[in-house]
Amino acid sequence: MRVVEKRQLLSAEEIGRTLQRLAHEIIEESSGAKDLALIGIRRRGVTLADRLVKAIRGFSKPDVPMGILDISLYRDDLSTIGAQPSLQGTEIDFPVDNRDLVVVDDVLYTGRTIRAAMNGLFDLGRPRRVRLCVLIDRGHRELPVEATFVGRTVQTSDTEIVEVRLQETDGEERVVLVDRVP
Amino acid sequence: MQHLSHLLGIEDLTREQIAFILDQAKPFQEFQRYPLKKLATLRGKTVAVAFFEASTRTRISFTTAAARLGADTMALQAEASSLKKGESLIDTVRTLEAMRPDGIVIRHSSSGAPEFVAKRLEIPVLNAGDGAHEHPTQALLDALTIRDRKGKIEDWHVTILGDVLHSRVARSNIHLLSKFGAKITLCGPAMWVPRELEDLAPNVRRTTRTEEALEGADVVLVLRVQTERIHEPALAAEEYILGYQLTAKRLRLARPNALVLHPGPMIRGLEIDSAVADGPQSGVLEQVTNGLAVRMALLYHLIGRAPADAPHPAKDRSNASD
Repeated sequence: MRVVEKRQLLSAEEIGRTLQRLAHEIIEESSGAKDLALIGIRRRGVTLADRLVKAIRGFSKPDVPMGILDISLYRDDLSTIGAQPSLQGTEIDFPVDNRDLVVVDDVLYTGRTIRAAMNGLFDLGRPRRVRLCVLIDRGHRELPVEATFVGRTVQTSDTEIVEVRLQETDGEERVVLVDRVP
Repeated sequence: MQHLSHLLGIEDLTREQIAFILDQAKPFQEFQRYPLKKLATLRGKTVAVAFFEASTRTRISFTTAAARLGADTMALQAEASSLKKGESLIDTVRTLEAMRPDGIVIRHSSSGAPEFVAKRLEIPVLNAGDGAHEHPTQALLDALTIRDRKGKIEDWHVTILGDVLHSRVARSNIHLLSKFGAKITLCGPAMWVPRELEDLAPNVRRTTRTEEALEGADVVLVLRVQTERIHEPALAAEEYILGYQLTAKRLRLARPNALVLHPGPMIRGLEIDSAVADGPQSGVLEQVTNGLAVRMALLYHLIGRAPADAPHPAKDRSNASD
């Protein structure tokens, strides 16, 4: 099986602009950002949440705290994968009770990661509200999950993969659509 | 976990494997502080907890670790078991295996029993203490406590005090810490620190003088005086207290921030003085919490792995070695 790049979905500049827009949308729709906190899902959701927090800091007064969520322990595909994924741990150093949380991830696909993330969050307490922010929504949901804040919606086929490549984790900055060819 | 299908002892693990287990225990340390201590990660999995020798804390720790990961446990305890009726070890564990657990935790008074079982069963085996051989999860939780309290595991001066000869805790700790460059001093009455122990690992020395052993120590591991294992003419308790009890006065001979560990159960006033056990240098209660974290990490990686369509044990015995 070969993997070929089909087209670029977002350039570095477009990623930057999209994140700026998402940061504004999150603040606008959070009535004063009271109790607002961002939760990045490992790994790329963490980088994106980090950038969103920095962007928000640029135009909004209250500092929005950020936490990191490792969903490995909450996956539902345990019996189908070989070795267990290595744990990196959840790092949320504030109580989530009564918080207004925005969960951040790179790609929304089946919705299973978000299901796992919700389980993880609710083990920590009872947030007042949980919303979802993703850079790319590629469809093909298997669970009733939708994002409140979406960077770009993309039509994809089942065999295609959306790869979000970020400077911090991948050494380059773009989003590409790749396909598996037999 | 990096080619690890059982946890039988520390001796055969690499430094990398040990570091990996300790790293994986970290999220579970955090987890012990969660308000809701129940995961569904191992839901539907069953862990057989077979203790052929009395134990409370290790058994509770493994059972709790499994429960917090969402696994069920089936327990076998020596007192209530068919061992009393003369069933062999292998027949007992095969009976357990036929109930299709996904892993087995075993404690046995014979050294090598977990390895014997591991060779004959298809499921992961975790050693919870075998004879005077090893107690790997104890050494791992001790290492985790050392790393947390002292910032790293490498290169400490470690003093192990007490009945080293009969102690599997001591053996596992010697193996583990020496892989990380520790200089280890074994100290106790002469009959409990025989010369052979020096061959366990490099940089192990012995002494019968507690004051000498404690000087410059960064970590002091106090062993329980295991009266039930003593076969020699017993040493009088008063004599032991006088020569080997870890008192506040003696602890001052070690480094100022030396860490004191004890695997428990502690006999206050015998091997350790209350002032030390409850003092700021004691890591005893952290050891207990860290035990849960280490055991959760091990169960997660060993039991959680997808089964390779294992045949029913009663059907496919063609590859059995016995």
